Amino acid sequence: MVRGWPMHLEIVARGERSKLWTYLSPVLAIVLTLVTAAILFLLLGKDPMTALKVMWLDPLLTKRGFAELFVKGAPLVLIAVGLALGFRANVWNIGAEGQFIMGAIFASGVALAFHDVTAWPVWLAMIPAGILGGAFWGAIPAFLKLRFNANEILTSLMLTYVATLILLYLVVGPWKDPEGYGFPQSRMFGDSANSPRVIPGTRIHVGVFAALAVVGIGWFVLSKSLLGFKLKVLGHAPRAAAYAGFSTGQLTWLSLLVGGGLAGLAGMFEVAGPIGQLTPALPTGYGFTAIIVAFLGRLHPVGVLFGGLVLALSYLGGEKAQILLGLPAAVTKINQGILLFYLLACDLFIRYRLRLVVPGRKAA
Amino acid sequence: MDSAILVSILLSIVSASTPLLLAATGELVTERSGLLNLGVEGMMLVGSVVGFAVTYSTGSALLGVVAAALGGAAMALVFSFLTLTLLANQVATGLALTIFGIGLAAMMGAGFVGHPVPKLPGLHIPGLSELPVVGPLLFGQDALVYFSFLALFGTTWFLFHTHGGLVLRAVGDSHDAAHAIGYPVIRIRYAAALFGGAMSGLAGAYLSLSYTPMWAEDMTAGRGWIALALVVFATWRPGRLLLGAYLFGGITILQFHVQTLGIGVPAQLVSMLPYLATIVVLCIISTDRGRIRLNAPACLGRPFHAAG
Amino acid sequence: MGGAGGVGSAESPVVRSDSNADQPLLSLRGIGKTFPGCIANEAIDLDLWPGEIHALLGENGAGKSTLVKIIYGVLKPDAGEIRWQGRPVALANPAQARALGIGMVFQHFSLFEALTVTENIALGLTDPSQRRDLRHRIVAIADAYGLPLDPDRVVHDLSVGERQRIEIVRCLLQDPRLLIMDEPTSVLTPQEAERLFATLRRLAAEGCAILYISHKLDEIRALCERATILRQGRVVATCDPRIEDSRYLAELMIGAELAAPSHGRRPDFDAATRLVVAHLTRASDQQFGTDLHDITFDVRAGEILGIGGIAGNGQSELMAVLSGEVLADRSERITLDGQPVGRVGPDGRRACGACFVPEERNDHGAVREMTLAENAFLSGHRRRNLARRGIIDRLRTLLFAGEVVSDFDVRTSGPKAEARSLSGGNLQKFIVGREILQRPGVLVVAQPTWGVDAGAAADIHQALLNLADTGAAIVIISQDLDELMMLSDRIAVIAGGRLSPPRPVGEVSVAEIGLLMGGVHGSRVAHAS
Repeated sequence: MVRGWPMHLEIVARGERSKLWTYLSPVLAIVLTLVTAAILFLLLGKDPMTALKVMWLDPLLTKRGFAELFVKGAPLVLIAVGLALGFRANVWNIGAEGQFIMGAIFASGVALAFHDVTAWPVWLAMIPAGILGGAFWGAIPAFLKLRFNANEILTSLMLTYVATLILLYLVVGPWKDPEGYGFPQSRMFGDSANSPRVIPGTRIHVGVFAALAVVGIGWFVLSKSLLGFKLKVLGHAPRAAAYAGFSTGQLTWLSLLVGGGLAGLAGMFEVAGPIGQLTPALPTGYGFTAIIVAFLGRLHPVGVLFGGLVLALSYLGGEKAQILLGLPAAVTKINQGILLFYLLACDLFIRYRLRLVVPGRKAA
Repeated sequence: MDSAILVSILLSIVSASTPLLLAATGELVTERSGLLNLGVEGMMLVGSVVGFAVTYSTGSALLGVVAAALGGAAMALVFSFLTLTLLANQVATGLALTIFGIGLAAMMGAGFVGHPVPKLPGLHIPGLSELPVVGPLLFGQDALVYFSFLALFGTTWFLFHTHGGLVLRAVGDSHDAAHAIGYPVIRIRYAAALFGGAMSGLAGAYLSLSYTPMWAEDMTAGRGWIALALVVFATWRPGRLLLGAYLFGGITILQFHVQTLGIGVPAQLVSMLPYLATIVVLCIISTDRGRIRLNAPACLGRPFHAAG
Repeated sequence: MGGAGGVGSAESPVVRSDSNADQPLLSLRGIGKTFPGCIANEAIDLDLWPGEIHALLGENGAGKSTLVKIIYGVLKPDAGEIRWQGRPVALANPAQARALGIGMVFQHFSLFEALTVTENIALGLTDPSQRRDLRHRIVAIADAYGLPLDPDRVVHDLSVGERQRIEIVRCLLQDPRLLIMDEPTSVLTPQEAERLFATLRRLAAEGCAILYISHKLDEIRALCERATILRQGRVVATCDPRIEDSRYLAELMIGAELAAPSHGRRPDFDAATRLVVAHLTRASDQQFGTDLHDITFDVRAGEILGIGGIAGNGQSELMAVLSGEVLADRSERITLDGQPVGRVGPDGRRACGACFVPEERNDHGAVREMTLAENAFLSGHRRRNLARRGIIDRLRTLLFAGEVVSDFDVRTSGPKAEARSLSGGNLQKFIVGREILQRPGVLVVAQPTWGVDAGAAADIHQALLNLADTGAAIVIISQDLDELMMLSDRIAVIAGGRLSPPRPVGEVSVAEIGLLMGGVHGSRVAHAS
């Protein structure tokens, strides 16, 4: 590519995409991220081996910790499966964070409205409410894109800021806990609004199994169904999708409604499970991290499951490193960003290979 | 209305608009070359923290501003290397840049939260700066405000009155044709991306050195994304960028004044205004598909790989 | 923005000597170029003399384009030597070639749609001094060579003929010693082509060498003094095309004698009408598209209707409306076997018995990144029942793809190969085969053999004729007049979005069709060119 270099690498297109590199690329990206993280720890004056062990190994060593991996991973997987379907179709829903928040808000609305009801249908009713909230927030960019041709990346992202402000408004305003000593948060939900715990001694709740089910359904849709085929064609070649008669509008609606609905469901499980109330601390960036999960999982639901666990581990490790090593919380985000960088870089090898150009074989 | 209040409102509009104008001017040049860098938010954040840290440590605002530009450019270099050399998806890489930038800025800035620095000094021309209304507005701003206008006019002149600008537009219109003629598409896009990064860095520095003179996590609050929307609003023409940036600056300020007027609308709902306005404006501009297609660089977001 | 000015820096400091009639202007010795999976050029020798019009003749895929790209510095050869006026040169990029005095007019123009004529030409001029006073010099050159051109118009408003003139003027502004023309007439009407020939003859008389690439024998025999014939990347002969007969040249070019498609049927004028298009008018959705005006035609069972015309006169818009990718304003505008389908999408039209082959293979007719099986499913799932209750029937899909591959002799490793791994001709055979094996009642085909080698083209032609024999109604939209004259029962021409009334092939001359292509059929002239 660069002329005049004595010896250099040239990027050459492959005839077919490399299956091997499709799966090797995320593994290599994870390894490179670990190496980079070690260097980063060294620069921060920590022993890199200890830091790596604390971040990436220790969280897995206890039963509780191992279970936490799934508790943290569940929302990531739920959101990322929806995003993966959309990204396949080139529908860039970047606002999953906002849809997550709206799902949580709608579900909380149900929980707070029936605060004094002690029967389990409250929790059950929160599920559709959460899905509805997220899907509603996802429907707005879909409508704006199809009706006004507005770019869904920007609209869905702007709506995330709006959702955050709605959340803030609710917890300092109408839904503020009257007995909360002025803290901006809602009342704790009643027991009937909490997700049933499944495995005693852990925080594993029904949401974890919902995530697994969604992975299965997502896999089926993507690899077996006409619908999944349509999404893939739209993503690869919109003109071919038009030729086949697949409706862009329908698929855009579907991508954003499903993506939003699943993000909303994740938000519902988050307030009904680990948190148990609506607080301004709800948005923790799951919606953005799920983008990384989707890419790391090769936009494939089963891959997303693994990607979700890796990123969940990065959250747990980050917390541990913060407590035990005094590393800043931002290290988690940096690691996540670097992971995505490496992944995108390694993906080069799926479509291209490198060729060493040795001088001396001069043409003409 | 009292002229002192009017001046203070106008001044605050200028300071709310300047970061948008800086970042959007840079992004406009990047997009004109055919490269879509969604990482403006991340580049701005890194610029804001680098600019603040250097100013705080050295006491020199000039060094801080230069460092912020370099910081933004360094982020853009990462983006360019991934998308231009390694042919990565531009949308995904831009998002990665933002996620990374948020984290990097938070880590670098952890030690600086809550420390103030002196606000960037304003221009002072004896006689002129004291004039009523126009004095502080025209002759009392800080250097970055003047630079934002200079950069905009310089960009307009470069794009439409120099051969280099013609080549840049040509690369954005058809990289294959530009390559066939023999223009170095990749190098030109690198240059455009670095300029965009540096401008985002300056926009960030303006926030942390002038707008609030202090640093806080996520202090850009979506301005990078609004800058991206402004480029669409301007239909990739610098002249309209000025209008867009000041329109949004105005909306941001309106928000504060609605709150102080005590109309009884909750603060959080009023704070949504800039974001909602962005959505509305995007819809209005984009709905004319023909105009978007006519003005958008034809190669925007498309990867380029020269075969052979 | 330092990178922007870097184009001129790579020029080699070549001092031009006076042209010397004792030695060739350009000579190639042993040029070779290999791409992954194909040898494009092998041991090619070629001499070009000042003032000659030299034809480079060959089928699609014979290596002509690769060779001229090497001469113009776009591609680097793997082997061989290039001499310019006797001196060996290494052409690292087009700027160096231009500095020597080599100009090239590409088949697909390297123009910038959003920029003006003057801006486009300025981009092609390496030396800043050449850009001074450019507007006036464009007008002067254009006038001198009979190439009318408005320097201030934006390219996307221009006709194809005008676009080609920009490229030619761009080359002429640099006083070329050698002008390369890559298939220049493929986009021109016969009349426009005549005008181009006059310009080229005049340039040659002034001492400029012209390398003229084409596969059209008649025009080469009319224009060129010498011809070098390529086949499968090698030179098979060099001769004077004016004294050799066309048949001999064609055999050299194609290699083996090709069976002409058997056309053993007579159109049956009593057969049922299967496709009717009535007063179809539609504004184009595309930014630089052509609006369709009052298109009316019908096609009977067993009949082939050819629609000719110069590219960009509404063919792609017509194809989109016929396939249902773009809907007509009213349902009755298009009827399939009596069923109004103007407001029905592609899937619904397939259900009514229609199949379509779009002009563009890549990512329109087929998805490059998907396997042949998936591509078979793409358009075939409706008529071949490849999905049940929304679930893909993998086995039936594979079997269908396999059927297409074997029946249409598609060279591939199998139905699981990605479409992008196939050569253009093979992918085209696959697409045509996929549509034909759905046994359509109506088939609409655009550019069935564009960029396809002669053997595959003959196969596709035969398959279309066979389909017509089974009682299907076929519409072929093509820019290849020979193809249309050979296959069609009736022929119509589209110009400026209007369709001439279809006429039986035997009753219409090539000259008449040429006039129709220029938009001369009683209505307004399509593109003032």
